Amino acid sequence: MNAGTQAHSVVEASSWSKTIAATLVIVYAVVALLPLGWIFLTGFKTPPDSIAYPPKIVFTPSVEGYVNLFTTRSRQTPEFLARLPPPQTWYEQLVRSRNMVIAGPSKVVPRFMNSMIIGFGSTFLAVCLGTLAAYAFSRFKVPLADDLLFFILSTRMMPPIAVAIPIYLMFRELNLTDTKLGMILLYTAVNVSLAVWLLKGFIDEIPREYEEAAMVDGYSRLQAFLKVVLPQATTGIAATAIFCLIFAWNEYAFAVLLTSGDAQTMPPFIPFIIGEGGQDWPAVAAGTTLFFIPILAFTILLRRHLLRGITFGAVRK
Amino acid sequence: MNDTTQVSSVFERVATKTPRAQTWRFGIFSDRAIAWLFVAPTVLLLLAINIFPLLWTIQLSFTNYRANRPNAPIRYVGFNNYHDILTDPDVWHAMQATAHFVLWSIVLEVALGFGLALLINRRFSGHSFWTTVILLPMMLSPAVVGNFWTFLLQPQIGLFNDAIALLTGIDPSSFQMIGDVKLAPWSIILVDTWMWTPYVMLICLAGLRSIPDYIYEAAEVDRASPWRQFWSITLPMVLPFLMLAILFRAIENFKMFDMVNLLTSGGPGSTTEVASITLKREAFEKWRTGYSSAFAIILFVTVFGAANIYVKALNRVKQR
Repeated sequence: MNAGTQAHSVVEASSWSKTIAATLVIVYAVVALLPLGWIFLTGFKTPPDSIAYPPKIVFTPSVEGYVNLFTTRSRQTPEFLARLPPPQTWYEQLVRSRNMVIAGPSKVVPRFMNSMIIGFGSTFLAVCLGTLAAYAFSRFKVPLADDLLFFILSTRMMPPIAVAIPIYLMFRELNLTDTKLGMILLYTAVNVSLAVWLLKGFIDEIPREYEEAAMVDGYSRLQAFLKVVLPQATTGIAATAIFCLIFAWNEYAFAVLLTSGDAQTMPPFIPFIIGEGGQDWPAVAAGTTLFFIPILAFTILLRRHLLRGITFGAVRK
Repeated sequence: MNDTTQVSSVFERVATKTPRAQTWRFGIFSDRAIAWLFVAPTVLLLLAINIFPLLWTIQLSFTNYRANRPNAPIRYVGFNNYHDILTDPDVWHAMQATAHFVLWSIVLEVALGFGLALLINRRFSGHSFWTTVILLPMMLSPAVVGNFWTFLLQPQIGLFNDAIALLTGIDPSSFQMIGDVKLAPWSIILVDTWMWTPYVMLICLAGLRSIPDYIYEAAEVDRASPWRQFWSITLPMVLPFLMLAILFRAIENFKMFDMVNLLTSGGPGSTTEVASITLKREAFEKWRTGYSSAFAIILFVTVFGAANIYVKALNRVKQR
């Protein structure tokens, strides 16, 4: 912030224009957040409440959506239910009140774990590879550096479905279809381009003198990289890692085409949380809410670096 | 941004003046070897997972190969697939649907995003909090977003129709955004605008903040009207940033798959069948692998061309 914030600056907006601006922005923010709020509320509705007409704003909160998200249930006759021993847990009781019994856990936990494993695995690899390459591009004269950097970026520009055709065939040959390893490798390849571009920006900002001085003091180039540059780049590496993680977490096109069971992640799973007669909206909303919470946390953590991330490091402030 | 570039160029000058023989002699590896060692893993991974498949796609695009019949004899058909695609009315229909989607989503996102950026740039108290709040939708998974908007856009039970009914007095069950041939293309534009307006806003905001205050102060001294200031200072200075946002949105929406696939999956009929959805149907439902490979290559070339312009624009923005 410079002169612009001084009270007498001609550039400073007058107080009434500020009030109007604030009002409009807040109105937009509230309207834009309504859908998210609605999904959050739907997670706490009972299935009949969730599809009530007109839509219910006031309702009795229920955790049925969350129970349905984590379990599979089967409908039984009242006579059958009467013969069962009394329910052991509160959630079993809730399910019985709908004339159903719990058949077992749903697949949401394994799918969530897949999202975590594939997300963290690919992020770790992409950031490791990206840091090395970014350092080289930042500090050395790599032959054809600009072409290589453009090549690296352009791989991210390709339509995922177009890439998926040969990847599908390749994974089939290598028995990588529906494996976590295959998805980790694929997401690493997609993320490494972002990682290189972002990290090059961050490393460019670390003065070269630090390493040069360390090398004069007897460090080798590798030691200088490990002990001087890496600690300086921590913030950048963390921000890059979060961006990679968000991409892997949110990715759908490859996941839906290349996984079906063992390696399926959350995005292709959530739309198929089905109850009786179609999507079980409270359960879908509950799954969506749990799926969004990490992103919410990351967005708040990342807010200072967001601009860099979404423009591949082109715009920095 | 100006400061960073200036600072780094000073460091570069200092660095190049440091005697190299003296500083770069240490260690087992020469710098050249380290440069190669560091870049090689990334390049190898991209060769294996991007370039090799790309070459394979090119080869397949000249064949009649079908992935669901791996043992059938593969016949080379020359440029037939390309010819078929470019004369296929379905493909042209998909291209039109894509163009409609890309054009209108960008128009709305730029109008709203730029407007919001101008408002936020008034720096009212709490503006950074509200900026973060507004940014949320763009961080979410497009697939999951598309999925829950099908719920919001349902006639009667959906929140959207009821909100419109409340504002305009129309019967909420009298229209359906997803099921109607006329409205469905606008429903994907609506959801995309909801999701990506913050993106344009954030980049425009960076553009607005890059304009030094003294320019406005000088304009004020010259008694330039606010209107004149906007057209001859604000807009030209923000334009490179705006171009960046537009190009990026254009590329992203040109290849849009996940949100549309879950919101409308191309329907009703094929009214919202954008290029990626057609490609997915050809490749993974009809299993015309050769044909869809040729289509993929055509899309590649289009995006690659756009990406080229994008990177040039990036560099121009960087040089400012």
